[in-house]
Amino acid sequence: MTVATHGPRPVGDSLTMLRRRLLHMRRYPSLTLMLIGQPIVLLVLFVNVFGATLGAGLAGPGAGRGEYLTYITPAILLMTISSVALATALGVATDMTEAIVTRFRTMAIARTSVLTGHVVAAFVQTAVALAVVVLVAVAMGFRTAAGPLGWLGAVGLLALVTVALTWFTVALGLAADTVESASNTPLFLVLLPFLGSGFVPTESMPVWLRWFAEYQPFTPMIDALRGLLGVAPSDGLATSSALAAGWCVVITVASYLWARRLYRTRAAR
Amino acid sequence: MTTAPAVHATGVYKSYGSHPVLHGIDLDIRPGTVFALLGPNGAGKTTLVRILSTLVPPDAGRIRIAGHDPATEPDAVRAAIGVTGQFSAVDGLLTGTENLRLMADLHHLPHDLGRLRARELLDRFDLSDAADRRAATYSGGMRRRLDLAMTLIGSPRLLFLDEPTTGLDPRSRRHLWNEVRELVAHGVTVLLTTQYLEEADQLAETVAVLDGGRIVAQGSPAHLKSLVPGGHIEARFTDPGDLDAASTALPDALPDPDSLTLQLSADGVPALRRMLSRLDEAGVAPVDVSTRRPDLDDVFLALTGGPHTRKVPQS
Repeated sequence: MTVATHGPRPVGDSLTMLRRRLLHMRRYPSLTLMLIGQPIVLLVLFVNVFGATLGAGLAGPGAGRGEYLTYITPAILLMTISSVALATALGVATDMTEAIVTRFRTMAIARTSVLTGHVVAAFVQTAVALAVVVLVAVAMGFRTAAGPLGWLGAVGLLALVTVALTWFTVALGLAADTVESASNTPLFLVLLPFLGSGFVPTESMPVWLRWFAEYQPFTPMIDALRGLLGVAPSDGLATSSALAAGWCVVITVASYLWARRLYRTRAAR
Repeated sequence: MTTAPAVHATGVYKSYGSHPVLHGIDLDIRPGTVFALLGPNGAGKTTLVRILSTLVPPDAGRIRIAGHDPATEPDAVRAAIGVTGQFSAVDGLLTGTENLRLMADLHHLPHDLGRLRARELLDRFDLSDAADRRAATYSGGMRRRLDLAMTLIGSPRLLFLDEPTTGLDPRSRRHLWNEVRELVAHGVTVLLTTQYLEEADQLAETVAVLDGGRIVAQGSPAHLKSLVPGGHIEARFTDPGDLDAASTALPDALPDPDSLTLQLSADGVPALRRMLSRLDEAGVAPVDVSTRRPDLDDVFLALTGGPHTRKVPQS
């Protein structure tokens, strides 16, 4: 009578869960619009309010908004990723309070497919957001000397960062006891680019902060992105790229394992 | 296929911290029957269902679901069961159709079959008109129906229904009962938890009364009813004098001067006839006579009162 074939299918189940999340996003387009809007507002605000002064400070007299736009666009791209990742933490935490997730656990489906669905959907959402932010930056006058290879490298790096931050916030969303704490805990991800080389050179910071800024993961990510996009001297690009990629791999693996563990143990509550 | 029990459990223990929830549960559920777990809130019904449906591991005990051990072969167990809990497990952001297709996909049904089943189930559960509305806009009864439809799309052989009709109106409740009967007629085994005695009486071949984490009584509804004292006949009077006269005529009956009633422990028509003719002979006429047979309510109250009244009262 039954034609169903049983047993988990990791890829198929994850695709089904991805479709579920994409349907959620389509039902609430306003959330995606807000996530894309946030970094754009920051970009416009920073360039127009601080741009003239900071641009001159960075590149000497005569420089201004244009130079600052070039300087902060890579940081804004990373903030776009964090901004979507924040929503992912919230989405996962909310989802875990739904009885339907309990239902999933009583079904013969791949265990972490719910989480994979969240991650892949967030990846799609981030890709759309990044594309829009890049277009806005270009419209505002952002120009790069990067060739196809540089762009390819930049896209690859952004993809790595997205996967890392998304798995990280999935784990944070699972670890949160309440939906409220899930929305608050990952806020530091939006602050980190400020405490690095994102908006001003780290050399301009007090020693204690500079030490933190130079060693935190966002700094090599931003530096590598600048190098790949050809908006910064390319000496040190190899080091910063390797560091950035290394950070991404470590964060991804650790977060994935943490998230998987949390998902399994949460079931026993 | 097999004559092995659909659910077999022995010595299931579970505690949360220092708070024991289940104290050694033994269960055997024959395939194709309805087994009702009856108990007050906090008796451990939901915990037992969570353990049997692989959500929570027990602290101790041996469990076989459709012949599989949930601890070592959880996916084999999950493939055989369907669970509908007391909180509707539907995706509120998806429409009724999308919810059912999601389940069809997760059960790996072929695309066309999944769509067909989704349509059939929407129809069967009277949800076709609301099929393209988000489930969040559904009424409580509609969500429950969608929930059950989602569970059924995978054609489970063993169905766990955890308080499926809590909060439903009488019509929806009867509708669900009919669905359960229909499923059982097709060979599905059902483990039902409920606090409604009528529900257990209506549906179940076997009823186990769960109280304080122990099964305090088990058997057919008729067997359980035989555990409590029989029914009684009650005659009501308007005048205390009449009550006295009636009481003299029926010395084994119990008068209650406050409510002006006389209660005779007996049931059946012959006992009623005898009572009325005695009253006739004494020349008193009651204004009202009612008979009451023991129902599962009496069983429930007698068995689940608390630690001191857990034993079946002897009278």
